Amino acid sequence: MKRIVLLVLACLFSLTMVAQEKKSKNKKVVIKVAGNCGMCEKRIEKAAYSVKGVKNAEWHVDCQDIHLVIDETKCSADDVAKAIAAVGHDTGSIKAEDAVYDKLHGCCLYERMK
Amino acid sequence: MFKNIAFLLFFVSQFIYSQETIKGIVTDENNQPLLGANVFWFNTAIGTTTDGNGNFSIKKSPETTFLVVSYIGFETKKIEITSSTISVVLKEVNTLKEVTITKTKKGTEHSLYKVQNVQVMGQKELLKAACCNLSESFSTNPSIDVNFSDAVTGNRQIKMLGLTSPYILIAEENIPSVRGASQAYGLSFVPGTWVESIQITKGAGSVINGYESISGQINYEVLKPSNDIPFFLNAYASQDERYEINTHFNNKFSDKLSSTLFLHGNTRVGKNDMNDDGFLDGPIGKQVNILNRWQYNDAENGIVSFLNVRYMNDEKQAGEMSFNPDTDRLTTNAWGSEINTEKIEISNKTGYVFPDMPYQSFGFQNSFQSHKQDSYFGLSQYDIQQKSFYSNLLFNSIINNTKNKFTTGLNFTYDDYNEFVNVNFNRDFSRIDNSVGAFFEYTYDNTDNFSLVAGARVDNHNRLGTFITPRLHIRYNPWKEAVIRASAGRGKRAANIFAENQQLFASNRSFSILNTDGKLYGLNPEIAWNYGLSFIQKFKLAGKDAEVILDYYRTDFQNQAVVDVDHSPQEVLFYNLEGNSFANSFQAEFSIDLMTHLTFKTAYKYYDVQTQFTRGQLERPLQAKHRVFGNLAYETHIKDKGQQWKFDVTYNWLGEQRLPYTQSNPVQYRLDGYAPAFGTLNAQITRTFSSTFEVYIGGENMTNYKQMNGIVQNENPFGTYFDSSMIYAPTFGAMYYAGLRFKIKDKKENHKIEELNPIGE
Repeated sequence: MKRIVLLVLACLFSLTMVAQEKKSKNKKVVIKVAGNCGMCEKRIEKAAYSVKGVKNAEWHVDCQDIHLVIDETKCSADDVAKAIAAVGHDTGSIKAEDAVYDKLHGCCLYERMK
Repeated sequence: MFKNIAFLLFFVSQFIYSQETIKGIVTDENNQPLLGANVFWFNTAIGTTTDGNGNFSIKKSPETTFLVVSYIGFETKKIEITSSTISVVLKEVNTLKEVTITKTKKGTEHSLYKVQNVQVMGQKELLKAACCNLSESFSTNPSIDVNFSDAVTGNRQIKMLGLTSPYILIAEENIPSVRGASQAYGLSFVPGTWVESIQITKGAGSVINGYESISGQINYEVLKPSNDIPFFLNAYASQDERYEINTHFNNKFSDKLSSTLFLHGNTRVGKNDMNDDGFLDGPIGKQVNILNRWQYNDAENGIVSFLNVRYMNDEKQAGEMSFNPDTDRLTTNAWGSEINTEKIEISNKTGYVFPDMPYQSFGFQNSFQSHKQDSYFGLSQYDIQQKSFYSNLLFNSIINNTKNKFTTGLNFTYDDYNEFVNVNFNRDFSRIDNSVGAFFEYTYDNTDNFSLVAGARVDNHNRLGTFITPRLHIRYNPWKEAVIRASAGRGKRAANIFAENQQLFASNRSFSILNTDGKLYGLNPEIAWNYGLSFIQKFKLAGKDAEVILDYYRTDFQNQAVVDVDHSPQEVLFYNLEGNSFANSFQAEFSIDLMTHLTFKTAYKYYDVQTQFTRGQLERPLQAKHRVFGNLAYETHIKDKGQQWKFDVTYNWLGEQRLPYTQSNPVQYRLDGYAPAFGTLNAQITRTFSSTFEVYIGGENMTNYKQMNGIVQNENPFGTYFDSSMIYAPTFGAMYYAGLRFKIKDKKENHKIEELNPIGE
């Protein structure tokens, strides 16, 4: 009986795991990305597209976020955040290095995220 | 015992499970729920939005206990979650309310970012030409030239890049509409008030809509039932006793299903002869035109569908003032003409967007049309009926990412023509044409300064054979506010020589087709290549917004169904091109916003259009080499209740036009080699009393220029030299009109709400 209970629990648990881990080929993701202007937009979207598996990327200056459609079997939201941070833009999860930020064009020097 | 433990464990796990979800409500300070507020875990991408009652539920995050709640126009809140239910009150940001940004929308927009050289004429531009149908909508647009085709039927013909409308693909919502039998009068069967916008593409155009376009594409969008107003009324009357009425009734049955009924009627009762040639300046007649349009919108499932059902009946009578059709029809008592057209159309288009893949979609268009024209011109008769079916299936998607898009699909066309021509010969040209084709179009966009559209299609047509149509468009932004475009493409078409040249029936020319071995009236298909270059630069001139557009296009015919009216003034010949035929066009356009609400636009156009005729390589007749266009538009600031004045003046100047050869005629029936240059002036004043009521008055050809000798041998229309097709200018002279527009708007004023909260932002 104990075994059955464990089995049922294990099943339930694994089901939740599966539900949480199911990878979508067209996952919609929104990441906070800081930026200022049209130049920022091009830089941010270019960085997002450089990640394999990113199908669509649209950054909105007013909401300070990027709307992505990604293939989760090829990349994760963090991969995209890393790529964006690498070109100098702070994201919700990963911050840009100061050295890269300082080299941005004058109009792109956005207010850093905390 | 174990059973009990298991039971308990099950409950505990359920309990833990339910603990995992946080429920809450988001409201503003007045306790009103906020719909669509963003709720997400701090520093993660895990989030949700609130429903119509402001409620949300979100699974607990292992990474953080901080929840962020945001809503446009409100302060964003970050809250630490300690219990499983919360209520969040957001504070309104007051500063946002005080900002108003106004930008006056231009009537015609030239895009800097689209790949093709497309200009969009919006409602504002269309209202500048208050009357009355699509053929008259282009009078304020420098890219399209509007001419009268003959002195009898009052028909207007459009030209683009120096080529007449058969070389332009004219489509209604991307379904080819003015083609085949409807080529001559089709544009006048679309009332102007039905049209939402017009897109004009210069040059080769896309392969998606077919292989026929050579000099360009004109696509018009009809008003959509889902965002139309409940009632619209337009009434128009003019000095030449033309009366028009348009009413639209819209009903939204649910948030998904809506329908509009468009009713149009017009009548021209005045018999006018302003140039004293014994002939009516324009036809008298009447038209009834009914369209019922249904729209089904299911945004959640990505489905949009339209169904159009349309009926049109048009009757025209032209000719001598004394002509009475009951007693004089097809006799030599008096010269007259009647053209009766009946049109029935049923079309459907359905689009499906994959809900989780906004860049992937299907489209399916189907259209059935029956177009029947019975007509006679003096003693000549011309009857044509075309029953056609058009079907187009499209699939849009991406390769890897949205920088690489493609459209592919299949299409099918079937045309059953019953055509009967009784001129100097009596022949039945009835035939069936059909074609099936497949196309693929690839679009690359680097999301910055470069994009490209490369397309090709393969078609099999029972008369044109199997052939490939390639098209290429490139766009590059070399620097700020500038764009360079290049295009190249091939077009192929079956010329409907009689339907497209009906103006020649109103003459005593004899018709001959010199070739006999081709499959189209004995002629071969028309084939042409079109190449174009275009440059747009936007800039500030003394602080004012200004724009310069330079275009150069060349069309090179490999084969053409040449219409030769120069061989002899008593003949018209049709034959396959032997030698060169081309059309070069250059256009320079400049526009500037002189001050707020005052816009000036001017254009110079140069055309070099030549064809190898039997008399040699000649300029195409009735084509001005030089044209100048000017437009000045002024509007006052809109007051609170919508009151406004609008003023619009358009000037057109046409240089000399070569007239067809008439030197072998007796002296009194000869025309000069070239028609004199002349100018016309149109103006309109609109007074808007409120957002629902406005009146307008206007004048056309206010300089009162008239072609006096529009009809050769008008005193004896059954004589050898009679010809009304050599028309280069208006015959009526100045004409004044007035009209009104009345609307009933939705109570909710959806538009205002949309403006305040742009959806999807």
